[in-house]
Amino acid sequence: MNLAPRLQVESGTVVLTGEWTLAAMVPCLSELKAMLATEIPAGHAWDLSSVTRLDSAAAILLWRTWKECWPERLEASAMHRRALERVAAMSHAESADVKEAPGLIERIGYLVFAMIANLKGLVTLYGQMLLDLAYLARHPSEMPWREIAANIYKAGAMALPVTALVGFLIGVTISYLSALQLRNFGADLFIVNILGVSIIRELGPVLVAVLVAGRSGSSMTAQIGVMRVTEEIDALSAMGVSRSIRVVLPKLLALTVTMPLLVLWASAMALLGGMLSALLQLGIPFAYFFENLQRAVPVANLVIGLSKGLVFGFTIAWVACHFGLRVKPNTESLSANTTTSVVTAITLVILIDAVFAIFTRNLGIPQL
Amino acid sequence: MNTPAPDSVVEMRGLSTLIGDHYVHRNLDLRVEPGQIVGLVGGSGSGKTTLLRQILGLLHPAEGSIRLFGRDLATATPVDQRAMLRRLGMLFQGGALFSALPVFDNIAFPLRELRCLDEDWIRRLVHLKLAMVELKPEHGKLMPAELSGGMVKRVALARALALEPELLLLDEPTAGLDPDRSRTFAELLRELKGELGLTVIMVTHDLDTLARLATHVAVLAEQRIVEFGPQAEIMTGDHPLVAAFRGGEQKMVM
Repeated sequence: MNLAPRLQVESGTVVLTGEWTLAAMVPCLSELKAMLATEIPAGHAWDLSSVTRLDSAAAILLWRTWKECWPERLEASAMHRRALERVAAMSHAESADVKEAPGLIERIGYLVFAMIANLKGLVTLYGQMLLDLAYLARHPSEMPWREIAANIYKAGAMALPVTALVGFLIGVTISYLSALQLRNFGADLFIVNILGVSIIRELGPVLVAVLVAGRSGSSMTAQIGVMRVTEEIDALSAMGVSRSIRVVLPKLLALTVTMPLLVLWASAMALLGGMLSALLQLGIPFAYFFENLQRAVPVANLVIGLSKGLVFGFTIAWVACHFGLRVKPNTESLSANTTTSVVTAITLVILIDAVFAIFTRNLGIPQL
Repeated sequence: MNTPAPDSVVEMRGLSTLIGDHYVHRNLDLRVEPGQIVGLVGGSGSGKTTLLRQILGLLHPAEGSIRLFGRDLATATPVDQRAMLRRLGMLFQGGALFSALPVFDNIAFPLRELRCLDEDWIRRLVHLKLAMVELKPEHGKLMPAELSGGMVKRVALARALALEPELLLLDEPTAGLDPDRSRTFAELLRELKGELGLTVIMVTHDLDTLARLATHVAVLAEQRIVEFGPQAEIMTGDHPLVAAFRGGEQKMVM
């Protein structure tokens, strides 16, 4: 049954025997190719009558050996001849077109176009959100409360453990490193100022934003993206359900509401870690910390930190939804957009943080 | 060819499939000989697709065994498994095309995986397969998302045929094709069967294709194969399930 493909050259005739199929040829392909390439003088007759099976891969191999024209004498069963004819009919089909790699300037051009398109998409999404909010203000019964609650739970409640852990560890680390320096100057007590301002004003919001962008931002992009791939978004539209109100808006609102709370939570955990480290390292009791935190860190810092959280939360959800809606129905696009979403969100968060730092430079720094 | 009794291509003995705590198949027997074109029919949810997945080794039997080309897929070494799977082609119900690759690369994928064909050979093979399913070489540049439902089916069939398989598993091959295309499809398969001694197991609801193509019919019901035999015998038989299937199909056509 399993006869290997074989060929013999006998007095002006090339005799092929055995099973000429892809599976049978693969093990001895290089030998076959070598034999077909060299050992056959032109004008030989070809005898395929004892070939048991001939598939299209083998037909192509033969056709190429014959330099794309029929040999003068060919013996083959009607069936094998048909397989060869199919290949022959195809042979003058075009060659593969080679795509030129774009040059540097072209690539920069594409990048600029992509940026403009993204900016346009983001602005459109923002406008759509305002329109949706205006619509919901007039039709409050259509407010998607269930979706908002579900998103708050997923992006907020479920993120509590990880933000607490990361916050706590960062607090311990900063406190420990600062303590080593402060002890050199005998300025141990300033640990309260350092920890308070840096965590509440800066580290808390940024840390949580990076975590949430990785955690919730990616999941939002992927979710909307898969809904596009599987045409669920279209199904919603077909039922007359607005995708922006049901899918996009709840995510935007939920993350905007949740982020300040997460910032508060993570900052508290970081301070706790810092206090613990200060107690062990410098012997500063908790009571001293509590007494002096109010004096060392004006309440403006907390306001700044929480408003950063608010803005970061909105930015992350905004970017995530935008890139989710841009997903084309294929897996490559899904993964590319999810990556871009997270990277863009984190970059934007850091940018916005810098803007915050400049505009709030006169606020909340205690004058000693 | 002079071996007395050729091995069966697929043989299932006492097969039970358990999904969750629900038996999809229980004590199922089926033996498919080389060259048979078996139409697998049965009601929706009777486990036809699951049976194909069992053959592919995507599911593991809870009891019983499946022998593919005379060997048990589950106990074969990874190298043997690969060799066995290369001898079969599967057309999934939804096409299962790689959405990130254009049509050409979808069909070329299994060929490139062999790692011994040159690009010119692969290109000719792909265009040949495309021609077989009545697609033009230009269609090779399209992405799967840009294809119509019927085209997805045809590209998926071209991909299933890419490795010149001995066994072809087809899940609803003609659903989504117009009647004309279904007919051409049946002719194509019959031709391939003649040339290559192809064995086919196909799940279908299309009575026309079944009548045109199938040499044998297996009826899946009550978690097992209740009827199996030559097409003419089964389709004119008076098993209540077959009659219901036939009647239902005719109603659907009208």
